[in-house]
Amino acid sequence: MDASALPTLLAIAWLTPLASFTVIVLLGKSLGPHGKYAGYISVGAILVSTVMSLVALFGAWLPNHPLADASHHGASYEAGAHGSSSPNAHSGDSHADGRAADAHAADAHAADEAHESEKPAYYGDWYALGQWGKLKLTIGYYIDALTVTMFSMVSLIAACVHVYALGYMHDELHDPYVDHEVHVHDGGHLHRPGRFHRFFQYLSLFSFSMLGLVIAGNVAMVFVFWELVGICSYFLIGFYIERQSASNAANKAFITNRVGDFGMLIGMMALWASLGTFAFGDLTTPDGQTELGIFSRLRTAENDHRLVPPPEMVAEGERTFASTETTGDGGSNAGHWLLFIAGVGIFCGCVGKSAQFPLHVWLPDAMEGPTPVSALVHSATMVAAGVYLVGRFYPAFSPEALLVIAVVGCITLTIAATIAITAVDIKRVLAYSTVSQLGYMMLSLGLGGWAAGLFHLVTHAFFKSLLFLCSGSVIHAVHSNDMREMGGLRRKMPITAYTMLVGCLAIIGAGIPLTAFGLSGYYSKDAIVEQAWSFAETNKGAYWLLLAMPVVGAAMTAFYMFRLWYMTFAGKPRNHHRYDHAHESPAVMTRPLLLLAFFAIAVGWTVPLTNLSVTNLLHQAEPAGIAATSHGVLLPSLTVPAEALSHAPEIKFKAGLAAFGAAMTGLLAATVIYLWNTLNPAEIRQTFQPVYRLLWNKWYFDELYSAALIRPTMALGRRIAAFDRAVIDELIHGLAWLSRGVSKVFGVLFDQTVVDGTVNTFADWTWDFGLLLRRLQTGSVRQYVLFIVAGTLVLFVAVSTVQWLAYS
Amino acid sequence: MNSTFHLANLLTEPPGIAHFMTVGAVLFVCGAMCMATKRNALGVLMGIELVLNGANMNFVAFGSQYLQNGGEYLGLDGPLMALFVIVLAAAEAAVALAIALNFYNNHDSIDVDRADQLQG
Repeated sequence: MDASALPTLLAIAWLTPLASFTVIVLLGKSLGPHGKYAGYISVGAILVSTVMSLVALFGAWLPNHPLADASHHGASYEAGAHGSSSPNAHSGDSHADGRAADAHAADAHAADEAHESEKPAYYGDWYALGQWGKLKLTIGYYIDALTVTMFSMVSLIAACVHVYALGYMHDELHDPYVDHEVHVHDGGHLHRPGRFHRFFQYLSLFSFSMLGLVIAGNVAMVFVFWELVGICSYFLIGFYIERQSASNAANKAFITNRVGDFGMLIGMMALWASLGTFAFGDLTTPDGQTELGIFSRLRTAENDHRLVPPPEMVAEGERTFASTETTGDGGSNAGHWLLFIAGVGIFCGCVGKSAQFPLHVWLPDAMEGPTPVSALVHSATMVAAGVYLVGRFYPAFSPEALLVIAVVGCITLTIAATIAITAVDIKRVLAYSTVSQLGYMMLSLGLGGWAAGLFHLVTHAFFKSLLFLCSGSVIHAVHSNDMREMGGLRRKMPITAYTMLVGCLAIIGAGIPLTAFGLSGYYSKDAIVEQAWSFAETNKGAYWLLLAMPVVGAAMTAFYMFRLWYMTFAGKPRNHHRYDHAHESPAVMTRPLLLLAFFAIAVGWTVPLTNLSVTNLLHQAEPAGIAATSHGVLLPSLTVPAEALSHAPEIKFKAGLAAFGAAMTGLLAATVIYLWNTLNPAEIRQTFQPVYRLLWNKWYFDELYSAALIRPTMALGRRIAAFDRAVIDELIHGLAWLSRGVSKVFGVLFDQTVVDGTVNTFADWTWDFGLLLRRLQTGSVRQYVLFIVAGTLVLFVAVSTVQWLAYS
Repeated sequence: MNSTFHLANLLTEPPGIAHFMTVGAVLFVCGAMCMATKRNALGVLMGIELVLNGANMNFVAFGSQYLQNGGEYLGLDGPLMALFVIVLAAAEAAVALAIALNFYNNHDSIDVDRADQLQG
């Protein structure tokens, strides 16, 4: 298939869920008994999306863009080393193939240059929403290997979740549905109509929004779908709206995201005000002119695709910053500052969406939604959106902005991992694990590991959706989220237990160290640690923390994941009542688990005899210029090493061993404590009482926000409400009283005399005139004829007179 | 029609439109006087017929190309309007006679002066 079919294919994949949403919104409950067929429509739509995405990937993308093998790391390492030694030269990227490695450095240079210029990407506009002066809003697309990969990943996982939800949400088909978590005032449980169709309606909208976000061709469109994803997660987290906790969680998610979006708006405005465009790629206007997109303006071919603030940015900035922000050699850093602000602003949005510190608090509470939603929100859609945007927007991030991203990611991954260690709610453990893994992705992106971070996004999406669906299966079986009431379940539900074990092994990055064999997480997590190692070696000093934390985090990941697995599936049942009622889930739920387990194992592999792997796909998507080593301008000591450098054998060796050792340590600790019971968890808890309490209370973030922001805001709100009531309401009442009095006086003085008088006078005149005319109405036909004749004569005389006067 | 028209010339000139109009005017005035003076409803009706036919006379005259001395004329519109008025007159006569009959049934008379219920 021709590559020009890509936009059409992806548009079909993108819009089918919207069609499903529309149908379900309009027909709703009338679709089958209790709206049962709504589920089938939604599943059908997402399956169409999946097929279309896969056709786009395998039928339209890969035949036209054969993958280069990026696994010959030695070659690309040489090229990368060359680039870093002379920052002005055009440095190599990891695409450099074997040919380049053998060739002289200069030749490699040329080969790279040719390669760089033909980064395969398709962009254009489908529909212009409107244009106001410079501001142009369009619905466009930007399709490169990343888009196609994300489409396949998102639609595939969404399809699994949809199918799974058919089984999981089965209870909602009952009418009335009894919500056992909601107590109504007469002591019973809440009875309400089932909402099966509504759930699938939201799922469809969610898929549509996420796919729209991925395909978006400009920042404005990204923002629209960004918010759509936000509102969908709001609907789904608050699906059990009658539960106070669910509606609170939905509000929390939504409001927390607004905080981040505010920053994103600032970033967007900074970019638009200086560059005058929202588009990612270059667009050709109808009159044949090319409008440069954001990426081509920031990284021009003349500058070898290095990030250089364009003149309009500097000129714009100099007016503002000239007095304060000039460097010693007279040049202005205004452009760099603007880029920094724009980058950090856009990243703020990602902090909200991807639940990074300090806005991570909404994600664990989002567990209140049905479990399929958690799986979708936590893997393929909501939180992936933030990481994806960082990846998509990568060419516009300056090294300083990247450092901010890395630091935030590092803090997030540490805090979240520590909290996950003490959580006992099975879904909360997974939620904090998600936050922590997202921290890994952000860290990797921030350290220059573009492909590594996005690779982790893809692999994480598969194993985290698997883990969540497994936990959903467990909850479905035992009707509890509390791991302290589980145990030994692997005998009752083997498929769930062992698919979950696969997920756990994948997330801790299990694999055979120093070889290329392992589960999906092994490749992506090692790549991240390698990048961190490379970064820490390039930038000495306190930057080593950015290496130490992910390694320690890897140990904690292994610990809490296996703590979860042991507590749930191994050992003896802790609650016999729940254990006796447990059962394996129906096939409609376990089949998606098996499919996802397969992907969790294999998504990191290269298809034998080909170059087909996610890594190579992502390397193909790498935007022009970002593979090179870059240096900070505002922070001259900062160097973001080229990603290719992290593939150096000695770094690979050390990083691989460190990651493996950390994971094994964590795994061993979990086994000792929770499987062999050599150490009693209760005693450990007792020993580290203060630390435990800190972690149990989630570092007191909720309390902190509550004390620092929420309660002051509420108090202020109450004050203002009181002010409203006491002052403004009274004022308005006074005004009302005054105007009533005035109108009363006015009514007597003016209305009743002048207005009424005038009207009555006219009425009297009309009456008198009517009485006068009454005399003419004699009722005698003969008189009327006389009147007619007389009238005709009078008319004749009048007309004649006028005519005579006029002509004489 | 030229502007130097005098009634006295009428008898010495060859028949033209003025003659027809004169006859029409005489008929119209006769009809109007009949309507104004007759107390018998049937007499009034006859007056109406005269008035209508006076008007018809004019229409026919305006529609004839021989009376215009080469000037403009109405053409077929004239006779058509006349036909239309005749049909109208027939319909009107039918209705009027029905009214007269009913009036007679109610009042034992067809004196229009006694039909004054509609006075103001």
